[in-house]
Amino acid sequence: MTGWNWHLDGWIVLAGVLSACSCALLGNYLVLRRMSLMGDAISHAVLPGLAIAFLVTHSRSAVPMFAGAVIAGVVTAVLSQAVNRHGKVEHGAAMGVVFSVLFALGLILIRQAADHVDLDPGCVLYGNIAQIPLEAIGGRVPPQVVNLAVVLVVDVLFVVLFYKELKISTFDPELATTLGYNADTLHYALMVLVSVTTVANFESVGSILVIAMLIVPAVTAHLLTDRLSAMIGVSLMAACLSAIGGHVFAAFGPGWLGMKAATNTSAMMAVVAGLLLCAAVLLAPRHGLVSRLLHRRQMRMTILREDILGLLHRWQEMRAEGGRAMTHREVLAAVGDTRSVRQAIRSLLRKQFVEKASGPPDAGHTYRLSGDGQARAARLIRSHRLWESYIDRHFNLPPDHVHMSAERVEHFLTPELRHEIEADLTSPRTDPHGREIPPESIGG
Amino acid sequence: MCPAFRQRERDEWHLMSPRARALAAIGMAGVLWCGATVVASEPGRSITDTSIRWPTWPELARALALRDYNTRVVVLGTALLGVAAGVVGTFAYLRRRALMGDALSHATLPGIAIVFLLTGAKSMPLLLMGATISGVLGVLAVLGMRRMPRIKEDAAIGIVLSVFFGFGMVLFGLIQQMQTGNEAGLAGFIYGKAAAMVAGDARLIGVVAAVVVAACAALFKEFRVICFDQEYASSQGFRVPLIDLIMMGLVVMTTVVGLQAVGLILIVALLIIPAAAARFWTDDLLVMVALSGLFGGMSSLIGATLSAIVSGLPTGAMIVLCAGVFFFFSMLIAPRRGVIASAARHWLLRRRVAYQHLLRALAEYEETHGEGAAIGRKDLFSVRSWSAAQVRRTLARAVRSGDLAVLADGSVRLTQRGRVEALRILRNHRLWELYLIRHADVAPSHVDRDADEVEHVLSEAIVRDLERALDEVARVPPSPHVREPAP
Repeated sequence: MTGWNWHLDGWIVLAGVLSACSCALLGNYLVLRRMSLMGDAISHAVLPGLAIAFLVTHSRSAVPMFAGAVIAGVVTAVLSQAVNRHGKVEHGAAMGVVFSVLFALGLILIRQAADHVDLDPGCVLYGNIAQIPLEAIGGRVPPQVVNLAVVLVVDVLFVVLFYKELKISTFDPELATTLGYNADTLHYALMVLVSVTTVANFESVGSILVIAMLIVPAVTAHLLTDRLSAMIGVSLMAACLSAIGGHVFAAFGPGWLGMKAATNTSAMMAVVAGLLLCAAVLLAPRHGLVSRLLHRRQMRMTILREDILGLLHRWQEMRAEGGRAMTHREVLAAVGDTRSVRQAIRSLLRKQFVEKASGPPDAGHTYRLSGDGQARAARLIRSHRLWESYIDRHFNLPPDHVHMSAERVEHFLTPELRHEIEADLTSPRTDPHGREIPPESIGG
Repeated sequence: MCPAFRQRERDEWHLMSPRARALAAIGMAGVLWCGATVVASEPGRSITDTSIRWPTWPELARALALRDYNTRVVVLGTALLGVAAGVVGTFAYLRRRALMGDALSHATLPGIAIVFLLTGAKSMPLLLMGATISGVLGVLAVLGMRRMPRIKEDAAIGIVLSVFFGFGMVLFGLIQQMQTGNEAGLAGFIYGKAAAMVAGDARLIGVVAAVVVAACAALFKEFRVICFDQEYASSQGFRVPLIDLIMMGLVVMTTVVGLQAVGLILIVALLIIPAAAARFWTDDLLVMVALSGLFGGMSSLIGATLSAIVSGLPTGAMIVLCAGVFFFFSMLIAPRRGVIASAARHWLLRRRVAYQHLLRALAEYEETHGEGAAIGRKDLFSVRSWSAAQVRRTLARAVRSGDLAVLADGSVRLTQRGRVEALRILRNHRLWELYLIRHADVAPSHVDRDADEVEHVLSEAIVRDLERALDEVARVPPSPHVREPAP
């Protein structure tokens, strides 16, 4: 490929976008209903439907093909339900049994048909999107693009018209039934549309890559959003991006690597969709790996800082070593000598919760709580000791077992909770170990 | 070898139950015999022509007797594969990992393509190694993604399956354009090319099958415990992740050697279908493993033979279709879990329920009309809503078994024998109604429907408990439904 050509690449990208969007739109519902693999099953199992339609009518015209595929898709859904229900076979395995047998049947039938026409199983698997521009002779719109556009319109109409019903039956099928929608009817309507969409996509992206477009953009969007409408929007954007990126990388990617070749656009669409998903897995604002890692780090640092404040508070409370301030070495010995501990100490000093002074000549600095630090530490110790008293009162645990639980919970008790516990315990003065519980605010 | 070690080995063998020992021995012997036959066979005629053509009788006889070298290689090779997949598939099936095999097999494609791109040659061991590595990466990706929030297992399987496969197809597109003329065989990995199997491939399958069967026999106890109760296993000190790893490793091995035979789309069928079919027949894991291996082996044997006899039928698809037939009949005719058996059970239960309803209706009629009162057939329909055919059949049965007597005018009444049974059922019904009213605080108008269902299944022990709870010992309690006269 030499450069971008609107007559060639334009049609391919348009077909890719149309097919990716129609799949991704329905895929949202499949993913949310935990039926992702139904797309997989149906896209394999429509093969015998196509083959039988062809063997019966001896033509490759659209109507019998669609009819055959829709029937096969519904048969797959019904059969896997039946095997699951009557055979008591687990759902996934039931689908596996049904779709693999139907696919095998389809392969055999296609083999019988192969003498008459080029109904090539390879084409069904990975599509032939590059053929599409060849049909656009003399300004005619390629028939595949027309098919895809019609299917997309039907899908959009279905989702828009039944938006509320689909939403309710997806998230709460029982509620849908009590409200008078038939969740089963919607389920089969969805299955029919998935079959139709799968068939329409065979010629462009192929059956296995239909699965990619059904599942991957929807999962990507699910990681990024919390609302159904936003999820649908994001999944459509991801679908468009994978279609465009897929064609660009397929046509020009090998050239950038110095190879004189181009590769399969539809396969590359799946790869790009996968890369987008990887990006979402890593970078999603709330559910991404990076943000969860950062969040966990922050949480660990907060807990460490609070542990050090608590340590200094207890040291001063006990007037250990004759009321001398705690030395740097003693803190490290108590909490552990790691980089994050030293980081936590630095951050406490920076926030002026802790004051540094020069200590005994051979022991380095000493640390003492500042006014703010004292208040914070007192709240923490208060949480700790209130929780210990609460556990001691309501759970039948020996007193030496309450510390570990309090050590974890102390960081998460809000003022309201502390207040409730205090009310529940009728304002205790000491914890089960006999130590004083500091008041909520030092002044009062 | 030190004697102590030999002693321990013998002990472990003796610790297995006699049936387990017999099955393990038969399995090993079968695998070894098949392997030996493949190794010892001689080259002969090719069967790799593709036109559809029905065989002549001599050809049929030759194929069925496995007289051709190639037929023998293909049939035995796929049969061994079927046995191995059936055995290890049982554990994957019970661990609800059935569709993991699908993700795994699709994920092997990029590995195959990368090895081919790097080496430019079709060196089978290297290709299989590439397939193994990328397949394992696929499984790890599924396991990793499953731990993410918002990615469910089914979505993770679908993602790995399609994205890995897409990547494989991208690489295939490059390979095809490089025109080395050497890539033709690679497509065989997708749909399988059992007919092109050579003795070396079959031998490899034989070795893998032997390893799989031996490993499953050796680790039977470990596999069983993690299939049924993983928490219990880890609390008993089993190293669950390690056992899991070995199990997945066996699945990977079976899948990878099966790629050429049935192709990466259909190999999952050999892992799932025989196991699911065997599940219908038994509740005993050992029997299930043996049956599943048998089903897998038989479907491969029959499928491969059929496709050898009728040229033009793709082998992998025929094998899967045969497995599907095994599954279908198992689901239909298996004695306890089969569809026919459970439908029959259901039918018998409904017959019994209808019979008991009829008797109870008559007992209630006697309550209001005096003992020995006869009821006209027409009046039966005012007592309860049931179909005419059902009443006719049930009446005929009751008369045959002597619980009812038909009078000259066609009306019926209870015999002494029937009355005893009818009063027992009526009493169960009333006891349950009273129990619901007194102890479950259900309104009297709501208890009839519930008692209508429960009366048939109350065991003697429960009836005794009810008697104790309600202080009702001998008589039939009166109906709690007070019929108020219309104003």
